[in-house]
Amino acid sequence: MIEFAAQKHLHTTEGEIRLDVAFRVEAGEFITLFGKSGAGKTTLLRILAGLTEPEAGRIVVDGEVWLDSAAGIALPPQQRKVGFVFQDYALFPNMTVRGNLEFALDDGQDKQLVDELLDLTGLAELQGRKPAALSGGQRQRVALARALARKPRLLLLDEPLSALDGETRLRLQDEILKLHRLFGITTLIVSHDLAEVFKLSDRVLMLEQGRVAHDGKPAEVFGEHMLSGKFTFTGEVLKIEPNDVVFAVSVLVGNQIVKVIATAEEVAALAVGSKVMLLSKAFNPMLIAL
Amino acid sequence: MVLDWEPLWLTFKLAALTTLILLVIGVPLAWWLAYTRCRLKAVAETLVSMPLVLPPSVLGFYLLLAFSPQSPLGAFLDSHFHLRLVFSFAGLVVGSVLFSLPFMVQPLQAGFQSLPASLAEAAYTLGKSRRQTLFRVLLPNLKPALLSGVVLSFAHTVGEFGVVLMIGGNIPGETRVASIAIFTEVESLNYATANFYAGVLFAVSFVVLLTVYLVNKRYLRPA
Repeated sequence: MIEFAAQKHLHTTEGEIRLDVAFRVEAGEFITLFGKSGAGKTTLLRILAGLTEPEAGRIVVDGEVWLDSAAGIALPPQQRKVGFVFQDYALFPNMTVRGNLEFALDDGQDKQLVDELLDLTGLAELQGRKPAALSGGQRQRVALARALARKPRLLLLDEPLSALDGETRLRLQDEILKLHRLFGITTLIVSHDLAEVFKLSDRVLMLEQGRVAHDGKPAEVFGEHMLSGKFTFTGEVLKIEPNDVVFAVSVLVGNQIVKVIATAEEVAALAVGSKVMLLSKAFNPMLIAL
Repeated sequence: MVLDWEPLWLTFKLAALTTLILLVIGVPLAWWLAYTRCRLKAVAETLVSMPLVLPPSVLGFYLLLAFSPQSPLGAFLDSHFHLRLVFSFAGLVVGSVLFSLPFMVQPLQAGFQSLPASLAEAAYTLGKSRRQTLFRVLLPNLKPALLSGVVLSFAHTVGEFGVVLMIGGNIPGETRVASIAIFTEVESLNYATANFYAGVLFAVSFVVLLTVYLVNKRYLRPA
């Protein structure tokens, strides 16, 4: 079990905020830290790993005190037994895939785990390659396997999938889930992606302005907070054409162009290039499996 | 014409020794400068870079004063270690190390700063000490910077004149390095000998620098 409490002032793009967070994590839980950028998610992971020191705080993991600023205790990252997956993966360019994993082992640790991890992540074929010769998804796998090689108590993932394309992302989500279950390791992941949150996590901590605004199962947190009977999209006006008494407005939403009927009053406020919000009631949507 | 190889031998011995010492001092110093948040960092950086702008004679003059047996430092070294740093080869090494310090430290510091911070942090979370991280993760990824530092320090020491003349003088076999020998030969109108020394220095410098550029090009090529 993990007890976490920390306070720290953060300088973000939106000015100074105060991170003030306290929560408990049960062993084996999969938790997502969700929130806007600048809400303090990454800092929270870094405090847990010992890479950033908070102004005040207390971290106890399975009865072992990692941080207690009141008592002057702060274990360095080396002694915390966390597996950290960085956003840029931080693979060592001078070492092969296998080398990266072996480097992570503690002195005298059995090398068999490296082989197991290489097999589990499908990297056995690539073990002799350097990171520069790998694709984004493969690098991500190496980072994940490396983080687990030391048998950490805690796996921390800082937006690990944000740089990957959709399909690779889905496959890696499965892989993260598989490894989490196999090793039974308590996992905290920073994510911006709602689908990812629902798929992966038992619990969501939603951070707003440095505080935990919501804490619960994904369906609860997003149910009370974000579920609605409406679709909302933001888009850009591409074309406005008169059509009898109304106007047809072409709006670019994502990479789809949608034609919307608008009245003369509505069009008066628009011009080509205007940013608009497009709302629609979700009373008869069609769901088609892909 | 009898060619005396001693000044050339002395020059390369001095340059090699200086580079070796600089490597030992320069790596930790550059590492510290790259990562420290100490307020004295700016002062330390300034001191390291001073030899770039200071006339060599100024540095040589102060070293001469500091190392002379009349000064407290010189007297201390003399009485405790029997080390006389003025007009001796050992003094040349000390002077060269100080004078070439920025040529080793600056490329290395820039190299350390160009590596993503997450590289060292990843090693720390994997339980590795700072020393292990430095030798197994950071330095192996700084080969081009190491090479630049080594070559520039070596080449700069070979080309040194002012500092050497000030604290070493012109003692054959002890402090008469090639650059000083050229000066001496020209003064005595032995142009052929001067030409020989100058030609060797020119050729060696060219080959060394060319090698660096070729090797660095290979390193920088995407894998």
